[in-house]
Amino acid sequence: MNTTAPVVQVEDLRKTYGSFAAVDSVSFEIQRGETFALLGPNGAGKSTTIEILEGYRDRTGGSVKVLGVDPGKGRLDWKARLGIVLQSSGESGNVTVREQLTHFAGYYPNPRKVDEVIASVGLEEKAGTLIRKLSGGQRRRVDVALGIIGNPELLFLDEPTTGFDPEARQQFWQLIRSLKADGTTILLTTHYLDEAAQLGDRAGVIAGGKMIDIGAIDEIGGQEARTPIVRWRDSDTATGRGAVHEERTHSPGAVVASLMAAGAEPAGLEIVRPSLEDIYLQLVSDHAHAREVENAR
Amino acid sequence: MSTTTSTSNSQAIAPHPGGAPSFGLGIGRSLKLGFSRILLEVRGYFRQGDSVFFTFLFPVVMLTIFAVAFSEQNFGTEDEPLTAAAFYLPGMIAAGLLLSGLQNMAIDIAMERSDGTLKRLAGTPLPVMSYFIGKIGQVFVTGVLQATLVIVIASVAFDVELPSEPSKWVTFAWVFVLGVTTSAVLGIALSALPRSGKSATAVVIPVALVLQFISGVYLGFSMLPEWLQNFASIFPLKWMAQGMREVFLPASFEVMEQAESWNLPGVAIATGLWLVVGLIMTRITFRWIRKDS
Repeated sequence: MNTTAPVVQVEDLRKTYGSFAAVDSVSFEIQRGETFALLGPNGAGKSTTIEILEGYRDRTGGSVKVLGVDPGKGRLDWKARLGIVLQSSGESGNVTVREQLTHFAGYYPNPRKVDEVIASVGLEEKAGTLIRKLSGGQRRRVDVALGIIGNPELLFLDEPTTGFDPEARQQFWQLIRSLKADGTTILLTTHYLDEAAQLGDRAGVIAGGKMIDIGAIDEIGGQEARTPIVRWRDSDTATGRGAVHEERTHSPGAVVASLMAAGAEPAGLEIVRPSLEDIYLQLVSDHAHAREVENAR
Repeated sequence: MSTTTSTSNSQAIAPHPGGAPSFGLGIGRSLKLGFSRILLEVRGYFRQGDSVFFTFLFPVVMLTIFAVAFSEQNFGTEDEPLTAAAFYLPGMIAAGLLLSGLQNMAIDIAMERSDGTLKRLAGTPLPVMSYFIGKIGQVFVTGVLQATLVIVIASVAFDVELPSEPSKWVTFAWVFVLGVTTSAVLGIALSALPRSGKSATAVVIPVALVLQFISGVYLGFSMLPEWLQNFASIFPLKWMAQGMREVFLPASFEVMEQAESWNLPGVAIATGLWLVVGLIMTRITFRWIRKDS
């Protein structure tokens, strides 16, 4: 058995609607046990890509292998190895949380224990409640619970924490970390860049249907994008609100030392390392800008 | 690939090359999950207040209205009087089959397609067959309860005399089972028609309503012009209602039927043909989701 083969292999994936390319030559791989975050603005092609991998959509071109199988030809035994958390849906929810999970557990050859799953998403107190009577965030946790009940090898999480309060999000992160520790491979899309930074091992950024960058979470965007910024204010004005200075530098300590050597203690001194969010926003705006230039020609 | 034999099915979850089936994909698994679906569907049905009223209690409500509104009228002859309740009972049972099956199913599945239920199921290893078993089972269970309720109300509240010959009840049983199955399968097939859950009601209810009017449910079938009777004979509801009339109406009513006969073989053939048509249409048209919409 080949356990080193990537769990997901996408090569030159294309999906066109008429003349519009929703996904344009996207390639990436996800290794076993890895958590891969797919990032990008709305309409960039994230959901189309993930739905092709899940078998919901047909592709126009390229090759895709998920757990060694072409998703367009995936059968029930293939689906039994996946866990899919879709974007939120509006099902009627006329059964209780426990009934629904117990029922879905029966679909899988090797499911997790229902009560453990309920506890892991923090719904013990709601186990006997009809799903339609839950709040939006609680229903989302049921979605996540249904995604993991089958003990999947590969888990798709499409914007899983939309509608969660901060505490629920922290709990959810803890749950994902424990799944990672169990060796589950995870493909995550999210609008929360801190979430991607917390959970992801690697990330890919999609914009305009193209993969514009891909790499380890702490390397994406390149070294240059991670250059720390030293920020301070002049303190010696009459109003007390001096002009703001920023300096991008690889040696922030030296900059601070030189400020001190120059005399007065600078006000509001900060050394900021760009967060994943800053880097992501820069990448996306650079891409949009490049396209404008291209279109203007 | 490991060749270890294991009585548990836990090895199925292990990665295997080529995606060869490795856990019970046979008919046994489909039936077991189908049964599990029936329990879930029936629970869901009765916890959804509006469907209980509009499809489950509808025949009872209509029977009551007709029985009360026409309480002074004789639907039989001088020698053999027949109350409105007795006259309408077979039609209401047939209408119940159509409502529980075709109408409820078509709307229910169209809704499930647009609210994401089917998309979720499509991502799980649930066989389509199990889903259908769940739906048909739900129609069967609710249909039996509905028919029982209508018959009990007719008998207890409106003094309708029920047939005593076992042969009549045998006829009832097969017309019911064939009718409810056909109706459910046609409902599944019809669910492909509406583009959204919201439009499902608008597409399905008129179809069901017209069928009820031309098939001898609300209007006595013998009152209809011959061409309309012939047209209605294309559809299964006419035959289901006719089968139920054979069971519940006095033998003297037989002369009012087409060709002056209950024509039970015709009931079996026409309904059976529609069952086959429904199965073929379902096989061709049913998709968990509309890809690329």
